Amino acid sequence: MKSGNRPLSPFLMYRPQFTSILSITHRLTGIALAAGTLLFTYWLTSASYGPEAFARAQALIGSVFGRLLLFGWTLALFYHLCNGIRHLAWDAGWGFELPRLKATGWVVIVVSITLTFLSWAAGYAVRGGA
Amino acid sequence: MEMRSPLGRVRGLGSAKDGVAHWWAQRVTAVALVPLTLWFVVSVVSLVGADYAAYKAWVGMQGNLVLLVLLIVILFHHTQLGLQVVIEDYVHGEAAKVVSLMVIKFTVVLLGASCVLAVLRVSFGT
Repeated sequence: MKSGNRPLSPFLMYRPQFTSILSITHRLTGIALAAGTLLFTYWLTSASYGPEAFARAQALIGSVFGRLLLFGWTLALFYHLCNGIRHLAWDAGWGFELPRLKATGWVVIVVSITLTFLSWAAGYAVRGGA
Repeated sequence: MEMRSPLGRVRGLGSAKDGVAHWWAQRVTAVALVPLTLWFVVSVVSLVGADYAAYKAWVGMQGNLVLLVLLIVILFHHTQLGLQVVIEDYVHGEAAKVVSLMVIKFTVVLLGASCVLAVLRVSFGT
């Protein structure tokens, strides 16, 4: 299809900025989390096949490779959650001023990383205690 | 000058003929998922290294079962709404768009139904 002299989308005209990177990351983490529902489904359905199948699923998720994946998904989940709340605030009409936009962006980054590490610290504490 | 007909204005469906239904559903499911997700993360942490008996005891508790089923249904609904926007933004061929939207919808319903039934089976099983 020839596009001729038509207007360009913003992402073709502007260099990446802090706010635009946060925005595309929201979409990318959403797609990653959608893929993660496959593991979520495997984990839940394995239990309905009995103790051995569930033990296999738990072992797979607990392996080094499984934990690497899960760590990435934890980070994606908390980012999407925190930035989603930021989106809801915008929907309510709050936080569009540029300084506030940047500040809430940093809050999202710091809080999602913090919550990820807190969850994993708690997870290792539970595992160590068992 | 008002270009829309009075009927069109009352319906409020706009050029997409869909109104704000999709947008609003995405927001409502997002709000519901905030507490459900936090509850789920805490639950998963408590189930690290759990065996089948521990998992069965957890999912056998009424409150956990209710929240887990709600999480599954709302999570997959939210996933479908989000992936739909991504496909509508990037897939431009009409046939490819319709097919991929259908594949996403069927997959999400299949996965969601599998999760709900699996959870109920373990919870109610002996």
